Amino acid sequence: MVASFFWAFVIGGLICVIGQIMFDVFHLTPAHTLSTFVVIGAILDGFGLYEPFIDFAGAGATIPITSFGNSLVHGALQEAEKHGLIGVLTGMFEVTSSGISAAIIFGFIGALLFKPKG
Amino acid sequence: MANEQRKLQTKIMQEYYQLEKKNETKRPVVQNCLRAFLVGGIICSIGQAIQFFYMYFFHFTQQTAGNPTVATMIFLSMLLTGFGVYDRIAQFGGAGSAVPVTGFGNAVISAAIEHRTEGFVLGVGGNMFKLAGSVILFGTFSAFVVALIKTILIKWGGF
Repeated sequence: MVASFFWAFVIGGLICVIGQIMFDVFHLTPAHTLSTFVVIGAILDGFGLYEPFIDFAGAGATIPITSFGNSLVHGALQEAEKHGLIGVLTGMFEVTSSGISAAIIFGFIGALLFKPKG
Repeated sequence: MANEQRKLQTKIMQEYYQLEKKNETKRPVVQNCLRAFLVGGIICSIGQAIQFFYMYFFHFTQQTAGNPTVATMIFLSMLLTGFGVYDRIAQFGGAGSAVPVTGFGNAVISAAIEHRTEGFVLGVGGNMFKLAGSVILFGTFSAFVVALIKTILIKWGGF
């Protein structure tokens, strides 16, 4: 259990360092950096590499935004196994639904509760 | 692309570019990276704690526990964004606070709160995904391409 906290900390931290290097050294905007990360996550899962990565790093792999690309591909492939090509469309958001729904719902609740500052 | 653009500029513009480059303040890359590592690592450790909570009390597996964890983290980032704490974390941590899903949540929620004065339909509804939209677009499109290629290879390629 201590080991999994350690690896979550180290791997999650390292992914953030890669992001910081993209900010500072390559002068990319946060939007460009995050989009790149999502695409990398999707490609990694395409090669079947993301699942062993989650087994190894736990939240260090599921919390960074790369896991968003991974779970999009994952849902699409799961459905595609059952229904063929059309499953790529119908299954796309199956696994990611929690992240997007949470962002929309809590975003709206936040807008109802809080007033903008400044 | 940057080089092509520079060829088209006049001499004065090029001189200004050199001057700007010379006087640009150097970013403390190493210090920023250390801070990003620390903040990103702490956020992922909190995520790991929530993940253990879901695995022990609600019987998720290591693979499936990611989903409720992400939702909980976004809920936490709503509270932190609303009380103005997340901005301070972001100033200290840089990419360490932007790369985890809490950064995605923060982008959505801060846009929603910020545009609330313009009304709920046009302001909140229209601007919510202003910053996070590119993440969803490129994530969805790349996932579509990857899944399409893989499905075709598996079905008809004999892999």
